[in-house]
Amino acid sequence: MKAAPFEYARSASLAEACALLAKHGDSAKLIAGGQSLVPMMAMRLVRPAFLVDINEITALKFVKVDRDAARVGACTRQCTLERDDALAANVPLLRRALAWVGHVQTRNRGTVGGSLAHADPSAELPLVARVLGAKMTLRSTKGSRTLDAEQFFTGPMSTSIRPDECLEEIHWPVWNGERVGSAFTEIAIRHGDFAMVAATAQVSVDGSGRCTRAAFGLGGAAGTPLAFPKIAARLVGTKLDDAAIEDAAVEAAKASDPGGDLHATKEYRRHLARVLAARALREARGRATQ
Amino acid sequence: MSETLHAVSIEVNGKRREARVSARLSLVDWLREELRLTGTHVGCEHGICGACSVMLDGEPVRSCLMYTVQANGHKITTVEGLAGPDGSMSVLQDAFCEAHGLQCGYCTPGMLIAARGLLNANPNPTEEQIRDAIGGNLCRCTGYQQIVEAVHLAAERMRAK
Repeated sequence: MKAAPFEYARSASLAEACALLAKHGDSAKLIAGGQSLVPMMAMRLVRPAFLVDINEITALKFVKVDRDAARVGACTRQCTLERDDALAANVPLLRRALAWVGHVQTRNRGTVGGSLAHADPSAELPLVARVLGAKMTLRSTKGSRTLDAEQFFTGPMSTSIRPDECLEEIHWPVWNGERVGSAFTEIAIRHGDFAMVAATAQVSVDGSGRCTRAAFGLGGAAGTPLAFPKIAARLVGTKLDDAAIEDAAVEAAKASDPGGDLHATKEYRRHLARVLAARALREARGRATQ
Repeated sequence: MSETLHAVSIEVNGKRREARVSARLSLVDWLREELRLTGTHVGCEHGICGACSVMLDGEPVRSCLMYTVQANGHKITTVEGLAGPDGSMSVLQDAFCEAHGLQCGYCTPGMLIAARGLLNANPNPTEEQIRDAIGGNLCRCTGYQQIVEAVHLAAERMRAK
C-alpha cells in the first residue's frame, strides 16, 4: 500500500457523485481511469481524504456523432474512442492524437475526461480540445455549465472545474466537407512518454487546393495547450505552400513560452515548436489535398 | 485510525473470490499478498514499467494503478490464468521459452499479458503492432528482439491450430 488512507465511494449515478462532491468539498476527489491520479497518490503528491469513483456510471460512457459535433461522455475510455470508426471519420484528429497517449494498458483504463481534467500541459487530448475548440460540460448539484477549451484550461494541471463539479461530456467540433486533413506529431524521449513538445493541425481546402479553414496548436510549449487562431487565419486563402506554413510556424514558436528541464532546454523546446508546427501543418495539408 | 473495509467479489482466473479490503489496497498487492498469485510482478508501482499488467474484463491494464475495491464485480486474469488448468504452458508461454523471450523473467508476466491482449484482438500482427503492444512494458535484459520474435512465433502457431 503506497497511498495514504482515504474513504471511498463508488457512485452509481452522476447525481450521486455530485452530491458527494457537494458534501465533502475540497477534501474529495473524483477518480476516473486513475492513470495519473493513482501514481500521484502513490507518491503522496496528493492525499485526498475522500475518493469518489465514477467508473461505473454508464451514463458517462458514450460516443454520439452528430452533424456538427461528436459528443463524448467524460468517463469514456480512451481505447473506446480510438476504436470508434464513426468518430475517426468525423473528428480524425482524435484517433491520430490517441496513438501518442501513453500505452495500450493505460488507454484501456484511462478516460477522455480524466485526461482533460488532469490538464497536463504536454498531454495530447487537451491540445486537441484547445485547437478544435471543444466544449466541456460541467455538472454540480446546482446545475450545469459549458466552457470553451480556452476558458477550461487555466494553467499547468489547472482547470476551471470547481471542487463540486464533475466533467460530464465533451463536444468535439466536426469539420464538414470532403477536403479536411489533420495531423498530430510530437517528440518524446520514448514513444508513449510525456511529449517535450507536441503539435497538431487541421486544415480544409477547396477544389483548387486553396485553404478555406485552418487551426493548429502546440502542447508542452507553455503552461496550457496553445492554439493560434490569428496566425492560422492568415493561412486561409493561401495554397498552404511551404513558405506560408514556415511563417506560421515561426510566429507560433515566438508566441510559445516553454519551460526548460534536464531533458530539453527552453531554447530546444522552442526550436521543436517551430519544426513540429510546420510538420503538422504540412502533413495536414497533404491529407487534405490527397 | 482504523480504515473502513469494503466487501468485494472479484472473479480471478475463473474463480470467484470474496474479500474485505481497505480502499487503498492496490489490485496487485491484493493478488500477490492475499491470493498469493505471485506471478504478477510489482515493479515501479506507479504505472511506468508494465510488470504488473493483468487483464481486466479481457483487456490489459496495470494492476498497480487500480485499487482492489475498484475491481469489485469485474473479471481479472493474471499470468497464472494463461496456463492450462493442469498448469501446462499455453502456446504463447511456450513460444517465449523457445524464442528466448526472457532472461531474468521479471517483466515476463507483463509481457505475456500484453501479448495475449494483442493476439486476442489481432491474430496476425505486424512487427510494428507487436512493438506497439509491448511498448508500455519495460525489459532491461533482452533488448526486446526475442520478445518480438516470441510473439510472432506464438501468433503463427495459434493461427495454424
